[in-house]
Amino acid sequence: MSVLTRRAVAVTGAAAVTLVLAACGESGGDSGSGSTLKISANAVAGGKNEQEAKWIEEWVIPKFVEKKKADGEEVKVTFEPSGVDDEQYKTKLALDLQGGSGPDIMNLDGIWIGEFAQAGYIKPLPEVVTQADFWDGWDQIPDSVQKLGSFENERYGIPAGTDGRVLYYNKDLFEQAGLDRDWQPTSWDEMIEAAEALNGLDGVTPIQLNAGTAMGEATTMQGFLPLLAGAGEHIWDRGKWRGDSEAVTETLALYETIYGDGLGDPLLQQEAQGRDKSFEQFADNRIGILLEGDYFWRSVVSPDTGIAPMEDRDEVVGYAKIPAIEPGGGIHGQDFASMSGGSARVLNPETDNPELAFELLTFMNSEEAVKALLDGEARITARTDVNEEVLADDPMLKFVSDEVLPVTAYRPGLADYTRVSTLLQEATAAVVSGSSAEEAAEAYRGKLEGVVGGAGNITN
Amino acid sequence: MTRPTEPHATPAPPHDERGPREQSGEPATAAGPSRSDGPQHARRDSPEREAAKQQARKAVAGIGFYTFISLLLAFFALPLLWLATAPFDSSPGLSVSVPDFTLQNFQVMWDNPYALRSIGNSIILAGGTGLLVVVFAALASYALSRVRLPGRDMLLYVLLLLSSIVTGTAAMVPLFNLATELKLIDSQLGVILILTGGLLPSAIFILKDFMDGTPQSYEESARVFGASPLQIVRHIVVPIVRPGLATIAVWSVAQVWGNFLIPFLLLRSPEKSPAAVVMYTFYTEGGQANLALISTFSLLYSVPVILMFLFVSSRYGFRFHGGIKR
Amino acid sequence: MPETSPTDTSTGTLGNGSKGRPSAGAPAARESGGDAAGLGRRRAAGFVAPSLLLITAFLLFPALWTIYLGLTDYRLTGFAAADPQMVGLDNFTNAIGDDRFSNSLVLTLQFVLGSAVLGQAVIGFTIAWLMRNRTGALRRTVEALVLLAWILPSSVITFLWIALLDRDGGTFNALINTPGTAWLLEYPMASIIVFNIWKGAAFSMMLYAAAIGNVPPSHLETARLAGASTWQQLRDVVFPRIKGHILTNLLLISLWTFNDFTPFLLTAGGPEDRTEIMPVFIYKIALQSGELGFGAAISVLMLLINLVIALVYVRLLRQRKDKTA
Repeated sequence: MSVLTRRAVAVTGAAAVTLVLAACGESGGDSGSGSTLKISANAVAGGKNEQEAKWIEEWVIPKFVEKKKADGEEVKVTFEPSGVDDEQYKTKLALDLQGGSGPDIMNLDGIWIGEFAQAGYIKPLPEVVTQADFWDGWDQIPDSVQKLGSFENERYGIPAGTDGRVLYYNKDLFEQAGLDRDWQPTSWDEMIEAAEALNGLDGVTPIQLNAGTAMGEATTMQGFLPLLAGAGEHIWDRGKWRGDSEAVTETLALYETIYGDGLGDPLLQQEAQGRDKSFEQFADNRIGILLEGDYFWRSVVSPDTGIAPMEDRDEVVGYAKIPAIEPGGGIHGQDFASMSGGSARVLNPETDNPELAFELLTFMNSEEAVKALLDGEARITARTDVNEEVLADDPMLKFVSDEVLPVTAYRPGLADYTRVSTLLQEATAAVVSGSSAEEAAEAYRGKLEGVVGGAGNITN
Repeated sequence: MTRPTEPHATPAPPHDERGPREQSGEPATAAGPSRSDGPQHARRDSPEREAAKQQARKAVAGIGFYTFISLLLAFFALPLLWLATAPFDSSPGLSVSVPDFTLQNFQVMWDNPYALRSIGNSIILAGGTGLLVVVFAALASYALSRVRLPGRDMLLYVLLLLSSIVTGTAAMVPLFNLATELKLIDSQLGVILILTGGLLPSAIFILKDFMDGTPQSYEESARVFGASPLQIVRHIVVPIVRPGLATIAVWSVAQVWGNFLIPFLLLRSPEKSPAAVVMYTFYTEGGQANLALISTFSLLYSVPVILMFLFVSSRYGFRFHGGIKR
Repeated sequence: MPETSPTDTSTGTLGNGSKGRPSAGAPAARESGGDAAGLGRRRAAGFVAPSLLLITAFLLFPALWTIYLGLTDYRLTGFAAADPQMVGLDNFTNAIGDDRFSNSLVLTLQFVLGSAVLGQAVIGFTIAWLMRNRTGALRRTVEALVLLAWILPSSVITFLWIALLDRDGGTFNALINTPGTAWLLEYPMASIIVFNIWKGAAFSMMLYAAAIGNVPPSHLETARLAGASTWQQLRDVVFPRIKGHILTNLLLISLWTFNDFTPFLLTAGGPEDRTEIMPVFIYKIALQSGELGFGAAISVLMLLINLVIALVYVRLLRQRKDKTA
């Protein structure tokens, strides 16, 4: 039996109240008239993702309006900024969409595509706009990156950019510990050996591997999942979730080694501001090795714009690919592994002007627009043509683009993923506070059954 | 503000914990003769000894009192220190330190497109809600107090309990869809109405007890002189319960002032967002708090409620006269 | 309540205190329920109507709808959002069987008992008692500070506490010389309890100040002259007269504390669910995982628990009345 959750109930209740209150209500102010478009992103001037907010307000909107004017069409484009936790932004969008409203174009994290699609909030692009597959920009976006905006092999949105995860290390500390300034471990053992050498230094946390629930998704993305890929498994494989498999247990065992032997700081993992602190400490030469995304390089330790700037970043901060458990032990028999994320811009299927909205969407993802967004900054975009140009001067991002992206993997964009991710975070937390890897894996498996709907959806 | 009761009309009795300031000299002088009398007189001079003991006890009580008050003040003041230093620090951390003085943070705040406006929005939302809550709750609580409506106590309890559901996260879909149907999305009025609905039960609950505790003789006299019920409420009841109304107003303003979820979900234009929502935008891409902005904004964000508090407490006194009771 | 006994009425306090005392207690005239202003039922209904309307629209209706959602598997995204199914009481049975729920309930009870019933009420009463005969700067300072903690926005005060309790640069560690102690991690529950006492003591303080003001000063004096200790005065003179206030106070602060989400901003429910009190649990379920049906069911369970708490207090209140009557 299907259930009334949305309008029907709302209307019933609303009707009763409207009699009295309708007079007071202001207009909802939604799109309404012919050529109005609204863009939404979790970005706001003076706050989170300011660069993107300014780009939309100061570049995209005026340029697009101008362009349409040249075509003889008057359009109005508005921007609805946000600047909150991703979950809150997602909730707000979902509420809008389930109520049949919402912006025409919106930024979605790649992993929300699946659950939004399943809920019917978004539709494959060709269903919204017939000519969607004929956009010339698709050729510039590598297939692996297109996965970000796709679900079950259908394009739902245009990827905006991607990233990759690496091991950062402090070359000065390595030297003090008698290690080589150039470092590329080829197995987990080599990683641990380096950490043990660093352990001799005073006041230095040898390795910071995100764990615990306080760090949220950072634990899964900058911790568990790239390691699991290095142990040879995807968390979601051929329609099933991974249970307490060998690779899962081995990954947890690595946490056990690091935190059991005092190579990592267990308290840092539990603090609500733990990740910020790990950044501060790394910048302060108090962390030897840190698993982070390229965001860390661009926005955290960047000497100019970082939040924990390191004047001598280019000399002191080294980066290495994340090794598989042993050479050839990773997914697809790889020697190295990583995880990538990123966002995509999608169309609201309820938009009043699908053609126009798609035009704006492609405009936002054109070479010119993407370059304008970067405004001279180096960043890994979805477009090959832009990457070739902007990454040339940044060896680190070029390293990610050339070396890491080919071995990377993406998270499954399913509604259950968030909960599975939380379970993984809990499992790492349990290990950090003293459980054995086996116990934690077993407990994880037990809870997993409740989350994904029974043992039938789990594989080892 | 002095209290309306007149306990001080009588001279301070011996046990009054009036505090050592007035007593500080006494124990020594009282203890002096008692000691010189020597121990053998102890039994005979017991009234004096008793007095001395009492004085000593008082002194100890005084010391205890001030120690306790000092600790209490420290406990309540300590967390506030950060708010006094960090906004003026050029690179604020989490520790309280003499700031490396700068007003740069305020400049940045001034330049932020939403920061100052958001304070104005908070004032609109909080003021609007406060007004509705006070007016409606006053009327309702007065009527409930004076006229027997069947099942009114039960009703109040049920509403009080239900308000906990609606202020929680789980009700966000019903509230959101309701607002959508009523065309109250992106409307400050919508936020005000929803918040008012959530705060009213507690407000009525508290105010009704105020009303129960006020004397009715004036109302009767006024009625004899032909005043209408509304006039009676305005000119007789309101002045008497004014401190209670002020307290409820401050309480509801404070509730709205800090509320994040409802305005966040219902308002769309950043120009309408209140400070509670804007404060959450001072984070970087990776979710790190921008302490310079946050501390400075916290200060700005706090100033209006502090002013309101000072105003209300100097004007009306800030307490429950008569108290709430059942 | 109409049955309020004469000793319980506020003989000493009269609003703004400018007009002298009401005619000697006159209990009959002051019974609530006496319609002194000649309101009449119809006008009374008119007075109640605006509140009732808003409450019905924005509280009663969403609350009932939430209860209904609790019977479905509705989620914010995924298949269950497109086509939610009626699942009966499954959400409720699942919740009750869920370790996280029972863990959360125990933590919430600890939190309410520690911070509201013991903390806020005791500190609030103590301040009110100590300040009862004082006027002037000391009293104003104490009250202002306590009230400030109460009215400052929660996002601000949580930041203040994060700064206070910080492991590295926190003022508290510097003050009591315990460098490196991560209070929010090592003593998470104690931390949020102390935090909530700090935040909420003001309400109890105000309420008890008013209540103590209602105790006839002559009674206290008599007790004092008879040589009663402070404790004896409290036990024999004060408490019997303010029992009603105590129960109202405990009822309100218990309910408020039970539904208080603010500790989330301090600890995010962690470390490892050790401060995952009920509102935080619901937030995580409903907002972070988008499981609105399940979240709604837990809200309803929470409501039932609140109901039990309220019933206990109301029963205590009744007993008191029976005794005094």
